Amino acid sequence: MLAHALIFYLFSFVAIISSLAVISSKNTVHAVFFLILDFVSISCLFIMMGAEYLGMLTLIVYVGAVAVLFLFVVMMLNVNFKELRAGFLNYLPFGSLIGLVLLIEIGMMIGTWKYRDSFIKTSEIQINNNLTNTESIGNVLYTDYIHYFQISGLILLVAMIGAILLTFRQKENLKRQNITKQVSRERDDGVSLEDVESFKGVKLND
Amino acid sequence: MIDISLGHYLFLGAVIFTIGIVGIFLNRKNLIVILMSIELILISVNINLVSFSVYLQDIVGQVFTMFVLTVAAGEAAIGLAILVVFFRNKGSIHVEDINTLKG
Repeated sequence: MLAHALIFYLFSFVAIISSLAVISSKNTVHAVFFLILDFVSISCLFIMMGAEYLGMLTLIVYVGAVAVLFLFVVMMLNVNFKELRAGFLNYLPFGSLIGLVLLIEIGMMIGTWKYRDSFIKTSEIQINNNLTNTESIGNVLYTDYIHYFQISGLILLVAMIGAILLTFRQKENLKRQNITKQVSRERDDGVSLEDVESFKGVKLND
Repeated sequence: MIDISLGHYLFLGAVIFTIGIVGIFLNRKNLIVILMSIELILISVNINLVSFSVYLQDIVGQVFTMFVLTVAAGEAAIGLAILVVFFRNKGSIHVEDINTLKG
């Protein structure tokens, strides 16, 4: 139990420190690296809680896809990030005041909250301890939540098409192979036979 | 302190959520950091969903966490695509320059 508590405090400490570093680091590339550290420690917390499938999924999706996407964009754009931090200290008192009030409110809510006596669980679907976490998610996801699952697939499709459409640009003065034009070329388009009279020559129209 | 209960995980989620909100306030000029703060907020929501799912022994919370993950991935892709297009057109990512719609 002590080890569990120590590991929880370690991972949550790393998560909180690295999220503070994300919002306050001077270099945006460093901020992305701290975001990766944050996601890794949170996925470790998920695995510790017993949600190992989601822990791995968080690792793959957030660290492998989202954070790397951020890294690509930060490195691709040639922006002076120092200039963008100009108002940081001006907003600091106001922002920390709002954050403090928000944290105190949420903390009071968590501290004083308890279940009703007549608490009924919202769903009858229970975690079966004989199944692994992945199996029990699959049992629910592909049966009761199949429509939600398909709609989420559609969201990803729309996001993909949107991202491609937004960033696609047709360059001018670029010679591309036009296969239809090549294949449909007839003999008469390229070759012409001329009767050449002697000592007269022939005039080609070019 | 030794027994890690639901409240500990909820408070961790609350702290990361607050950091995300404060990040939006502090980095009002840098669109990339605002997008990263939104990712922080979404992952704190995920922590809440997973911890409730584990402590209530109800798997549906984890299913919804997957949907939140999907939306977060799509949102990051679209947001960064818009950012890249904006940078191409205007040559900056100042939030103050995003005023073409006169909103």
